[in-house]
Amino acid sequence: MLDSQIEYIPVLIMLAICSAAIGGMLTLNFLLGPKRKNAIKNAPFESGEKQIHSPKRRFSVKFYLVGIFFIVFDIEAVFLFPWATLYRQWLRDPAFAWVAFGEMFLFLGILSLGLVYVWRRGALEWD
Amino acid sequence: MEQVIFWILAIGTVASSVAVIVPPMGRNPVHGALSLVVAFFFLAGLYVMLVAHLVAVLQVLIYAGAIVVLFLFVIMLLNIQSEDLGHPRPTISKLIGVIAVGFVSIVLIGFILKDKGMAEPPVGLPSDSTFGTVKTVGNLLYTSYIVPFELTSILLLVAVIGAVIMAKRRL
Repeated sequence: MLDSQIEYIPVLIMLAICSAAIGGMLTLNFLLGPKRKNAIKNAPFESGEKQIHSPKRRFSVKFYLVGIFFIVFDIEAVFLFPWATLYRQWLRDPAFAWVAFGEMFLFLGILSLGLVYVWRRGALEWD
Repeated sequence: MEQVIFWILAIGTVASSVAVIVPPMGRNPVHGALSLVVAFFFLAGLYVMLVAHLVAVLQVLIYAGAIVVLFLFVIMLLNIQSEDLGHPRPTISKLIGVIAVGFVSIVLIGFILKDKGMAEPPVGLPSDSTFGTVKTVGNLLYTSYIVPFELTSILLLVAVIGAVIMAKRRL
């Protein structure tokens, strides 16, 4: 094991504690909780609004479009992250700092074209 | 220690991947997608074992976070109920699939048995403590691999335009 890997052990412990807590709560609730089944108890919102229609229906494709935009701009942000981490280090060499600035400018410029396209096409509108 | 963690992660990855398609989880596509999230978390653990820190973080951020959201949207978009699919019928393509999977697994098991398992990894862990960190990967990405990096932006641009063309009702 390397030192850099041993740093992940707290993450592992946290994951284990979280899973144990959630699993324990759900299991105990299942085992100990009172069960009185009747039509009112089984309604999705007890003492709430009546259901208008089943939730098991098709979603609009518009949600998918928003999902795609989210992924694309999420990946864009991922590429910004290492660049931003390293930029202060690159500033020691001003010539390369400008190159690095230019390459990220180009990257963001090309993706901004995508944003402009999406905007002008009205894909951000919920029509 | 390392072996133990590896086997836990490996068995977890395989088990949760199988659960994506096999009942009880696989009967409901949404449950299958959630099982896929678990598989991605186990995979992220395997990346940590490979000292690929940035990739491990991205696995959780991008795959478990963003891609599965898209999967869920597609599942809810299609909203296929089990009644729509009808009874599963044996078809010739399923038979071919079973034969192919059987053949590949026999070949793989044969190779593993021939080499007496995987006792020694072919390459040792990197001795450099900064290997696989954000800074090291970034330094390579923005210098040696600058062209693929810029091409990524064009790929993402094409993805955005393609999604708009396909999914927008009125262009």
